[in-house]
Amino acid sequence: MSSGITILDPTNEATPATRQLLERPESVKGLTVGLLDISKPRGNVFLDRFEELLVDHGAKVLRFAKPTFTKPAPVDLRHEIATQCHVVIEALAD
Amino acid sequence: MITSLPALPDGFVVIVKEECATCQMVEPVLATLAAGPIPLTVYTQDNPDFPAHLSPIHDADLSVSWHHNIDTVPTLIVVKDGKEVQRTFGWSRDDWQKLTRVADLGAELPVMRPGCGSMSVDPDLVDALRAKFTDSPVIAREVSFASAEDEFEAMYARGWTDGLPVIPPTRERVLRMLAGTNRAPQDVVAVCPPNLVELTVEKIAINAVMAGCLPEYMPWVITALEAVCNDEFNMHGVLATTMPVGPVIVCNGPGTRAIGMNSGINTFGQGNRANNTIGRAVQLVIRNVGGGRPGEVDRATQGNPGKISFCFAEDELGSPFTSLATARGVVSGADAVTVFAGEGPRCVVDQLARTPEELANSFAACLQTVHHPKLVIGFDAILVVSPDHGRVFAQAGWGRDRLITEIMEKTMTSGRDLVRGAHGMAEGIPPHLIDATLPKFRPGGLLLAYAGGGAGLFSSIIAGWANGAIGSDPVTRTVTY
Repeated sequence: MSSGITILDPTNEATPATRQLLERPESVKGLTVGLLDISKPRGNVFLDRFEELLVDHGAKVLRFAKPTFTKPAPVDLRHEIATQCHVVIEALAD
Repeated sequence: MITSLPALPDGFVVIVKEECATCQMVEPVLATLAAGPIPLTVYTQDNPDFPAHLSPIHDADLSVSWHHNIDTVPTLIVVKDGKEVQRTFGWSRDDWQKLTRVADLGAELPVMRPGCGSMSVDPDLVDALRAKFTDSPVIAREVSFASAEDEFEAMYARGWTDGLPVIPPTRERVLRMLAGTNRAPQDVVAVCPPNLVELTVEKIAINAVMAGCLPEYMPWVITALEAVCNDEFNMHGVLATTMPVGPVIVCNGPGTRAIGMNSGINTFGQGNRANNTIGRAVQLVIRNVGGGRPGEVDRATQGNPGKISFCFAEDELGSPFTSLATARGVVSGADAVTVFAGEGPRCVVDQLARTPEELANSFAACLQTVHHPKLVIGFDAILVVSPDHGRVFAQAGWGRDRLITEIMEKTMTSGRDLVRGAHGMAEGIPPHLIDATLPKFRPGGLLLAYAGGGAGLFSSIIAGWANGAIGSDPVTRTVTY
């Protein structure tokens, strides 16, 4: 029993949806891998090398870029990636 | 919950409290009315037996006083067919005689005597009465703490604070806060980053209570949130960046003085409730409603103490310049908020300059160091000129535009001094710009404000973040009440 003070919830009271992660693929061979460049300077240098390695492992690579690293990826871009790729690699670089 | 209007009986209705000397004074008048042909009903707010012999009804829960908007006792109301026809408050012999049509009523009393405050508007009681009697428009989930729980510790433990204690947002306090705005509690003010949640006036009010705001600050908090929650200001990016910036809020207009904002001594510092709690409320909303917390979406490498609150007013009355808001298109005399993604203020010392050129040279040299002396165009800044420095420009007849133009010219630097590697510093602009001559700021990227105490030849620079479409643009909004 509570008989202490009662206050109003300052948060958004939202319950985040929980989603099951997909199974991790055994291999990237034959998969389409999306590489999302967040548009930080020199991120492309890292991603170029990464693309080489993925292609060596038999993957097809598609490159995507956010318009600016300071804002979330636009909905259309997220949709494009989701419909064209089996796997996406997105990482924050700094 | 009693939210309906308790009906008043026909005839004369008088609301009194014994504590009020005017109510005591009119006791014989009430006795006269009671003896007359029209029924008299007396409601007493305090002593159930006052006035003696008149069978008063005790308005113990003040529901009659609350619902009939009694501000002053005594209040005389004439009721006909269950409806109020006329009322007067305090003692005015003329009014009482007119309303009662008793020609010599209170002839022995003075012509007039003001009444006293009704208990239903007593500042110590009014919030509880509002919560009890109004059909609450507030729909937020209630959180009850156990009796042995310390509410301040409990709120901290739930992650709802900025590390400092917050005021518990009880229903009473939130309703009082909501009285500070004309907007309905469920109005959606903005979509709040980073979690893109619909932000209602009610949720703002809850966080404004926690921040320590007074109700009259609400329009400023709401407007500041409207100004930061959009793609132009890009609050998401301001949070997520590793740079040490947060929303800096500059307030303009007569309303800043009406709510007691500080534009003078220690304007960026501690001690003023409005300055400190408006900025704090904005940040608590971003944290609690938006979900933007340090270490999560907020990735600041070092941050800055202004991320708890950084809000100040311009000293428009003392300023030799047009105000920041006016310069940004707001009608002169309107209340407005400008938000700027900025770090903490840094001091510019020049105690020797006596000409505007000398002082502008100092400003330009110090502004050149914003984030890095060899990085240009990409960051905006606010220069906050103090009164002692402002006087130098005022005496020379330099206005806002002249000062900004002069500073921009004085920051023009050869690409040779700015390119990567120049002067033994790897940081700098790309090599292809080596032959360019560049100003420190993009056009419009140097903002000017005027504030500070009357003594001290010091001004301040508030450096910004990545500007324009890739980062944040300053946003100005007029205050909506």
